[in-house]
Amino acid sequence: MDPASFVCPTPIGLLDRIVLGHGSGGRLSANLLRDVFLPVFSNPVLDRLDDQAVLDIGGAQLAFTTDSFVVKPLFFPGGDIGSLAVHGTVNDLAMGGATPLYMSAAFIIEEGFPLETLGRVAFSMAEAANAAGVTIVTGDTKVVERGKGDGVFINTTGIGIMRPGVRLSASQARPGDRVLLSGSIGDHGTAIMASREGLEFDTTIVSDSAPLHRLVADMLAASNNSVRCMRDPTRGGLSSSLNEIAEASGVSIEIEEKKIPVHEEVRGACELLGLDPLYVANEGKLVAIVAPECADAVLAAMRRNVRGEEGAMIGTVQRGHAGLVTMRTAFGSSRIVDLLPGDQLPRIC
Amino acid sequence: MRYVDEYRDPQIAHALAGKVAFMATRPWVLMEVCGGQTHTLMRYGIGDLLPKGIELVHGPGCPVCVTPLELIDQAIHIAGLPGVIFTSYGDMLRVPGSHCDLFQARARGADVRVVYSPMDALNIARENPTKKIVFFGVGFETTAPANAMAVWEARRQGLSNFSMLVSHVLVPPAMRLILESPKNRVQGFIGPGHVCTIMGFREYQELAEEFHVPIVVAGFEPVDLLEAISMLVAQLEEGRAEVENQYSRSVEYQGNIAAQRVMRDVFTVADRKWRGIGEIAQSGLVLRKEFAAHNAERVFQLEPLFVEEPKECISALVLQGLKKPVDCPAFGKRCTPMSPLGAPMVSAEGACAAWYQYKRHA
Repeated sequence: MDPASFVCPTPIGLLDRIVLGHGSGGRLSANLLRDVFLPVFSNPVLDRLDDQAVLDIGGAQLAFTTDSFVVKPLFFPGGDIGSLAVHGTVNDLAMGGATPLYMSAAFIIEEGFPLETLGRVAFSMAEAANAAGVTIVTGDTKVVERGKGDGVFINTTGIGIMRPGVRLSASQARPGDRVLLSGSIGDHGTAIMASREGLEFDTTIVSDSAPLHRLVADMLAASNNSVRCMRDPTRGGLSSSLNEIAEASGVSIEIEEKKIPVHEEVRGACELLGLDPLYVANEGKLVAIVAPECADAVLAAMRRNVRGEEGAMIGTVQRGHAGLVTMRTAFGSSRIVDLLPGDQLPRIC
Repeated sequence: MRYVDEYRDPQIAHALAGKVAFMATRPWVLMEVCGGQTHTLMRYGIGDLLPKGIELVHGPGCPVCVTPLELIDQAIHIAGLPGVIFTSYGDMLRVPGSHCDLFQARARGADVRVVYSPMDALNIARENPTKKIVFFGVGFETTAPANAMAVWEARRQGLSNFSMLVSHVLVPPAMRLILESPKNRVQGFIGPGHVCTIMGFREYQELAEEFHVPIVVAGFEPVDLLEAISMLVAQLEEGRAEVENQYSRSVEYQGNIAAQRVMRDVFTVADRKWRGIGEIAQSGLVLRKEFAAHNAERVFQLEPLFVEEPKECISALVLQGLKKPVDCPAFGKRCTPMSPLGAPMVSAEGACAAWYQYKRHA
């Protein structure tokens, strides 16, 4: 058969509608950006595709980011949609090396949603913002008809100020750099899954949802300008963050399975559900690419901060195979750590 | 983690691999039947630990992969009917039929829900008496008892709004097909541990005797698989062809009698088409006539469909161990997990998808 005339009867890559996988942070999300948004929005600031835009406004270097929160259930062990909406945006600013200052909060609320619950969410947001030292200075509310929303959705936008001389970007990883991870992976995603309706198992897994800007400040202070980039591995997990960095920098990354901290309970839950912690979301962890000569100092600073106590050096940046992430397994063999097409799916058996 | 880490111990694994290298005096071709085992072999890179002469080929044991296109198209059709709640294990949702998958059906408005057990689907049926709840009953002998139990319970509880679209397949007939092929290269089988937990291994003794082929029933952790490989190589080197049980912490000779009983009560054996392979005689399970009221094919009066599979796909050869995924010109190019041409690229447990995910640069 002539390959040119071949018509794929299963054109699953050519979706004509949004599926849930488009929101997974995996390959489908990346395609959505590439095919729909970047062609029309493209500009030098956006095209860097970092977690935040860095803007030069009248000589001031500002970091600017936005994020929407649709988590279900609204309240989960270790947090809720309100605190998460603060931490998520604070962390997106922090990953650029900025000090978070101001935030907006926009609520899309479903008709019939209990006021008492909304009050609890708002209170939790205020507490989280206070603790993080950011001020919520503007906002918006919209109400949609019953059935057209899912309780409440929150959007937050954040502004921070860049540290002088600090410029972090996913495109700056170089061969020889070290990969640092601030703690155990998979806690948030498994806590959410375990508390979802219909999934009946009891665990004490708690979401790691937390603001990371003070951890970032400690690391940068010890870094002698040797931190190339930072990412918080939220949806899509550690694998997605590493794949994005490898791709943006045109390098490969090798991580070591043995060095990646995963809590016993999270491992157990992932075993049961047939999931891989490398792809499970975190909300209070960061991965940093650091020049080799300063990696030990940055790691030490990380481990002195309460948010980085379990920090570890998990791998190195390497030349060749641009965009490839591999993992040396506990067995000494090597395997690819790819982006998933969409969400991780529980397996049949 | 107890009962897991012991079976992932690198030292034990390396010792077993060393034992295989010590024993093997010539090349051997071994097949793992089950997709879960394929996944472990690729994920841990077990092939890299073994001596060059030991070739592992991947069998047809991914139930998601071998579900025929026709049935997926029918599932999508049913899911789109008004008043239907279509329930399934998660990994069936991304399996492409001839024009779309269940995720896309959901995006078009179908009520498609992921459940972790068919019993969850029964609960949905109880809570939604005005809707028709359909469960996609897919899998090998491993999932058959739970699915049978759901149908049995639906009848007992009078849940007339619950039905099952059944696509159950059986392992021994597929192994027989491979062994009967004049081109067969497989000299020893890693047997499917979870299937044998249910069914025991009497059927496998018949195969071992008839085709003079050793079969070691194995678990799913790296140490399980390496131990099974060493047991197979020992048999082959000694000229034995027996069924041995590596997975004795789960598998007994007679299997799970109670599970077999409920399977027999609800299902009966029938011919079944396998995606990528074709029709295999007496290789599937269908609902017995007594349960016709819970048979989705009857409830929705489905017409038989025939859908042609992509000609370029060599899955029939891959699933029988005659070709490796990387031997296919479409592999990783026109055929990826994002746009699979055929069965083994579909689920994470499919041979091609496992290669693509873990080894495509090897």
